[in-house]
Amino acid sequence: MKRSIQLLVFCSGLVGSILLAQSGNELRFCIRSEPKTFNPVLVDDESSETIRYLTGGVLIRVNRLTQELESELALSWKVADGGRKITFKLREGILFSDGTPFAADDVAYTMQLLMDPKVNSPTADSFRSGSGVVKASMVGTHGVSIAFPAPIAGLERLFDQVAILSSRSPRKEMAVLGPFMVSEYKPGSQILLQRNPHYWKRDEKGKRLPYLDSVRLEIQQNRETELLRFERGQLHLINNLDAILFDRLATESPSAARDAGPSLESEQMWFNQVSSSPIPDYKKAWFRSMNFRRAISEAVNREDLCRMVYMGHATPAVGPIPPANRFWFNQVLKPHSYDVSGALRRLEKEEFRLQQGTLLDREGHSVEFSLITNSGNKSRERMATMVQQDLKQIGIRLNVVTLDFPSLIERISRNFNYEACLLGLVNADLDPSSQMNVWLSSASNHQWNPNQKAPETTWEAEIDRLMQAQASSVDPRKRKACFDKVQQIVWEEAPFIYLVTKNSLAAISPQLKNVTPVPLRPQTYWNVERLCFVENLAANR
Amino acid sequence: MKVLRIISLGVLGLVFLASLLADVVAPAPYSKQYREAPNAPPSRQFPLGTDELGRDRFSRLLYGSRVSLLLAPAAALLSTLGAAVIGGTAGYWGKWWERMAVTLTDLFLSLPWLFLLLTVRALLPLNVSPLASVVVTFSLLGLLGWASSARVVRAGARSLRSSDFVLQARAGGCLKRRIFFVQILPNLKPVLSAQFWISVPAFILAEANLGLLGLGVAEPLPSWGNLLRELENYSAVRSNPWLLAPLFLLVAVVSCFQILLSGEESFQ
Repeated sequence: MKRSIQLLVFCSGLVGSILLAQSGNELRFCIRSEPKTFNPVLVDDESSETIRYLTGGVLIRVNRLTQELESELALSWKVADGGRKITFKLREGILFSDGTPFAADDVAYTMQLLMDPKVNSPTADSFRSGSGVVKASMVGTHGVSIAFPAPIAGLERLFDQVAILSSRSPRKEMAVLGPFMVSEYKPGSQILLQRNPHYWKRDEKGKRLPYLDSVRLEIQQNRETELLRFERGQLHLINNLDAILFDRLATESPSAARDAGPSLESEQMWFNQVSSSPIPDYKKAWFRSMNFRRAISEAVNREDLCRMVYMGHATPAVGPIPPANRFWFNQVLKPHSYDVSGALRRLEKEEFRLQQGTLLDREGHSVEFSLITNSGNKSRERMATMVQQDLKQIGIRLNVVTLDFPSLIERISRNFNYEACLLGLVNADLDPSSQMNVWLSSASNHQWNPNQKAPETTWEAEIDRLMQAQASSVDPRKRKACFDKVQQIVWEEAPFIYLVTKNSLAAISPQLKNVTPVPLRPQTYWNVERLCFVENLAANR
Repeated sequence: MKVLRIISLGVLGLVFLASLLADVVAPAPYSKQYREAPNAPPSRQFPLGTDELGRDRFSRLLYGSRVSLLLAPAAALLSTLGAAVIGGTAGYWGKWWERMAVTLTDLFLSLPWLFLLLTVRALLPLNVSPLASVVVTFSLLGLLGWASSARVVRAGARSLRSSDFVLQARAGGCLKRRIFFVQILPNLKPVLSAQFWISVPAFILAEANLGLLGLGVAEPLPSWGNLLRELENYSAVRSNPWLLAPLFLLVAVVSCFQILLSGEESFQ
């Protein structure tokens, strides 16, 4: 019996070694959920976005390190007619993964499919500038011109999301121009991407990229399990690691823990300012007071939040654009300073008074409100508890309520039955035009008071005007000036009280080379075609 | 066995006493954040160290024990009362009332408890103090937890219904209501008592489960449930074994309850 067990253990070890040897040049990491689609035009979830990034070929790519635009399938491009038209000159001699040649009609076909209302592509929303049809016309065999009915701000950057499809290939969207192609899909388990044999890019020495043979994406929701598997060497990368898990990894294997500095993700709280919400009128009056909001902001010790909740892997947040967004961040702004006496002075201006440790408003109501956040998110729960103690110093009683996510969404976006909310925001795109649905007073994601028929405050009207102005201009300097002003207003009025900007934390196997983690998505594998393993480094050289 | 029961009683008494005297015994207020000393190891100032927000763990354990040990029996009492009324009357009266009570009991037993609690919790008003939230949580547990006990009580009442002394009372012209209160209920006391003692640890664990999901007692009030959440970080537990204190206490209290219960059953 004992011998049989020994033999079994030996055999399973042998099989494991063989499998590992076979997958020697294979990158493995996890995606959080099942991809909803392999069709790049229909992508609207993170997992599908990962596959689009790894397999899709685009005309222009935003270099995640420099944040500048780089030519990919387009050799050059030119924006004309005040942002209504863009003309690309395409590379020649490029083949799709199935050997079909790439030409201008593929770009025209992709744009036509993308903008087709029947397809309902989420990527197309950014290109919809006005009523009218988007026209793509070929300029010779390797030139294409795309005309839009109205100007689009930052038009060329939007092509980073457009993976070109083949108009001729029988394999349809499975014929790709990116470094990898989908080779195997086991629902609920994993997706295997094999190297695209026709990928056009070569390194400085003329060697065809990518260096890796394959990428295996494992579907795994549990982050603890993901980290355990990483520590066992079964995974090579973890993107966007939670600060608590990162700290654990940094203790156990410091060389694998990589902090790329401030990310594009921030945590913020806001007050419900919806006039029809079912909360008492005197509370609505508090929440609509700029001095009240600023007092709350100044009473929160952001440094403590960064140090204790994020173990130092976060920085006090300034506003809607974090410093990681180099071009659009308003350098003049600094986080609201922690100033308890300043906060009390602001409250006095609004006739609040502190009486036996309790803050009372001008009508004698004691200041008490609830802060909702999603249950199960330890960082947010800790932040809320710390804010609770901070506000106690100025006599405010804060009730922290954790709700399951659907209940929370119901309250903040449908029945508006809440007082304050603490949640996070991810800026997926660098360009402020992608935030139109947050800043316009008529927008549904204008969280503190959404779907306004007309701006209810003068400062919201001013933000509306500035956002429209930046969106209708193609002059980057003018757009920057407008959006700087938006950031300034948001800083002054504090409709969102920005708390912390999280750092971009990643786990990277020491076996993996050429990895440069950055704050932008996809943080660790943005240069996937150049990633390789230490044992294969010499061969690649 | 008797020695074990005495020890269990002693342990429970000690824990109850310490939690009741938390205001005197605890070295610090349970919500005070010593932000300069987060995750501190045990010391004279902080006997069980501090949590990630710099709060004294020992004080939180004492106050948390008070919450769990006072409110779990209250919830158990509520659910036992529910079981006595529904199960007892169903077993004694029988007929359509029994059928209705059995259907209701089965319905309650088949409900997905956790989701129901999540839903009810989400529907409650937001602006309630932590103390009110803890009372609400345990009341919900009590109101929803009567069903399994009701089955046992019904079976007990049914057997009593056909007992000689009940038949004699009926033959003597006693009213049904009087028989129920004078003959049936007093004789159901051992069953109800057993159900009460079974429910206490069950409710403590139920609150701990809700706490692990972040839906139990609201911050900053401690309970065993939210104290146990620290154990989710297994590497921290490995290097800071004192984090296991709430788990040990929970296991000790639940075990003591079980020992006392088994003693009571054997006595009966």
